[in-house]
Amino acid sequence: MVKQNREIQNSFYKSREDAVNKMELRFTPLSENEGFARVAVAAFMTELDPTLEEVEDVKTAVSEAVTNSIIHGYERVEGKEQALEGEQWVLIEAYLTKGTVHIRIEDKGVGMEDVEKAMEPLFTTKPELERSGMGFAFMEAFMDELYVESGPGDGTVVYMSKQIGGQ
Amino acid sequence: MEEMFTIEDNCLRIVMPEELDHHKAGQIREGADEYLLSGKARHVVFDFSKTRFMDSSGIGVIAGRYQKAASYGGKVVAIHANSRIRKIIMLSGLKDMIEIMD
Repeated sequence: MVKQNREIQNSFYKSREDAVNKMELRFTPLSENEGFARVAVAAFMTELDPTLEEVEDVKTAVSEAVTNSIIHGYERVEGKEQALEGEQWVLIEAYLTKGTVHIRIEDKGVGMEDVEKAMEPLFTTKPELERSGMGFAFMEAFMDELYVESGPGDGTVVYMSKQIGGQ
Repeated sequence: MEEMFTIEDNCLRIVMPEELDHHKAGQIREGADEYLLSGKARHVVFDFSKTRFMDSSGIGVIAGRYQKAASYGGKVVAIHANSRIRKIIMLSGLKDMIEIMD
């Protein structure tokens, strides 16, 4: 069972005040934006002088969270035309403190009833779309901290951070 | 442009895209299954020589093709995967399904 640590969310907001650089990115939940989103975050963190490995770790984690928002949050199926309704967007907020990148990814989608269940490796609600159930496991493996806040009808917010360089 | 799907000796070779995410997964899945389900190929070779990025959507594509190929007694192989792709495959527990070769 995945035990979530709420402190991670608190420390996200606390350390935001010490940020030396911030960015926000809001986009339509379309699968073609997945690549754009991860590359934008990777480019933003370059001033921390990350290794190639660290860049790839962050790109993978961002890709997983954004894909979750699109497929699960907004239940959009790739290759199928679906009308976009009013409040459909994914918001990425990222900021840098000394040696750490902090990322918050929010959607206003359907949310999750049982977050800890959803975070278990191999658990997926969409096996028919060949979702591997590894999204949260990858976020956890590639970032230092991960906290997920969600509820049915409330959308989902993913908080992640990773120390960069000097490891 | 290089063909995404080619068949040789009962083997379907799939040239994987540069960035393998959810956006690209559907197209590979549908194309590959046309060959596998019609019996034109039994084994699958995923060629990662162009691939620089893969997330868990890629894992879904590999596992899904493995299930189809294995049900006809076929094998699944990954070639030219860089260290990052190998790491993702190992982390996801796919290493028993797929043979990784150079």
